[in-house]
Amino acid sequence: MPDNTCDNCGSSDAVVNFTQIVKDQMSTSHLCEACAAEKGLDPASESSNLPLTDFLAQMGDERGKDELDAGHQCSFCGLTFGQFRETGRLGCPHCYETFEAHLRRLLRRIHGSVQHVGKVYLPPDPTASEMEKRMDGLRRKLYRAIEAEDFERAAEVRDQIRSLEPA
Amino acid sequence: MNDFTTIPDYGLSWLEASGDHADIVLSTRVRLARNLQGHAFGPRARVNDREAVLSLFKTAVERAETLTSGTLLEMPDVATRTRRILLERRLVTKDLLGEEESGPPRGAAVHLSSRDPISVMVNEEDHLRVQSLLSGLRIREAWRMVDRLDEELGRELPYAYHPEFGFLTSCPTNVGSGLRASVFMHLPGLVLTKEIAKVLQGLGQVGLTFRGLYGEGSEVVGNFFQVSNQTTLGKTEEDLVDHLDKVARQVIQYEVQARQVLLRDARGVTEDKIWRAYGLLRYARSLSFEELMNLLSGVRLGLSLKLLPGLRVYTLNKMLIFTQPAHLEQAAGRELPSSESDTHRAAYVRRVLASEGDVTSDGASATDELPNESPDGR
Repeated sequence: MPDNTCDNCGSSDAVVNFTQIVKDQMSTSHLCEACAAEKGLDPASESSNLPLTDFLAQMGDERGKDELDAGHQCSFCGLTFGQFRETGRLGCPHCYETFEAHLRRLLRRIHGSVQHVGKVYLPPDPTASEMEKRMDGLRRKLYRAIEAEDFERAAEVRDQIRSLEPA
Repeated sequence: MNDFTTIPDYGLSWLEASGDHADIVLSTRVRLARNLQGHAFGPRARVNDREAVLSLFKTAVERAETLTSGTLLEMPDVATRTRRILLERRLVTKDLLGEEESGPPRGAAVHLSSRDPISVMVNEEDHLRVQSLLSGLRIREAWRMVDRLDEELGRELPYAYHPEFGFLTSCPTNVGSGLRASVFMHLPGLVLTKEIAKVLQGLGQVGLTFRGLYGEGSEVVGNFFQVSNQTTLGKTEEDLVDHLDKVARQVIQYEVQARQVLLRDARGVTEDKIWRAYGLLRYARSLSFEELMNLLSGVRLGLSLKLLPGLRVYTLNKMLIFTQPAHLEQAAGRELPSSESDTHRAAYVRRVLASEGDVTSDGASATDELPNESPDGR
């Protein structure tokens, strides 16, 4: 029978169970929402303090038919899907292609989105399309700076645009 | 062996408290995570990956204008105490330094700019972590600083980038912009008026996250909180930065209001707490780091409420850094067991307050009523 007394203030609605594992020591405390928040925990937020591995465990319930088995491996760095589930860490750029479908679902859960809309990186030998995307991104940055009347910043971005335009 | 005395001020420019709201917001930090194509990162990086990345970075440093004035410290070659000092100043992380027994892995390094308050960690969880650290609330400025450096590095180095997922990182929680912006705030008003829980919960609802600072485990010590953005993918860097700025300003407002409430409804008690904290700092002979944080919180509040004339935010900021264990050892010139460390800490605080923050007036407020002093009570 769970005890609902808050370890901190003694109130009877300890709805937050905080388990901490440091090296081999595990400790659990039961706190009410107010005390948990005061201690730097946030039970109300869906995803704020969950380590990535908790996400991955939760997502285990959502496995579809195309889900990977634990042994599926990145051909570049050797990371297996099982290792990723355990550590929450990818091993190389190629992993993003190896585990693409699963990552897309995961990223949607973590960030609410799977499309990068920020800075566009221009690789050393850009294709025309990469160049176009980069220019678009820079132009957006320029308009933003002008809108914000930050003319020093606008000048910086304008110089970046100029340096990319054909001579 | 890299001798730290040649780089005494790295990571400390924020102490001078020149930024906006520097009494409530101690500092702003913006960091970008980047990885290079063709090499494993994080847990899968092998020695040759790390060495290749460091070598590429060194070449880029020679060419990048912002970086050329600065120092590159390769962690395995840096003295243990120096590493701890860098850690205490938040210029490196525990992750970069590796396990205690084996020490930092080959290739782990940090570049410290001597021109700007910006640093780059090499071969931590990601190949590169570019970070700026400014005083007060200066998120846009901190972002611009790392953005500029990132542009220069990106011209010289082949970043791992994907048109859909953005900048690729070891942890999926960093992918996309790779941007984590944080503000370090002091919120004693909200804590003392018991409003802090509501405010912190509210942060979660607007895509921000928070951590107590300086505490072991889940404890919040000294009423210091670090607030950062949670998502990194699906928003532009400008949006992420503007959002944190907007919310931080709201939290500052709430904190200012809470402090007003304290003055209005509990002035006597608040003043007493503050002066007791000052008294202990000024005269105690032994202070644990945790006790120091709590006392500093009281004194910091007092300074902000203008109850402690002659004390400056800069002095209090210094006390957050130089009272940490490795800094104390540096000053003492030897290792200090924790019992001695507490004594040295108290001595440092007394010395600094005596020379920079000696509040000699009795601090009587305008609304004080002095007790009747005539001997027969009339």
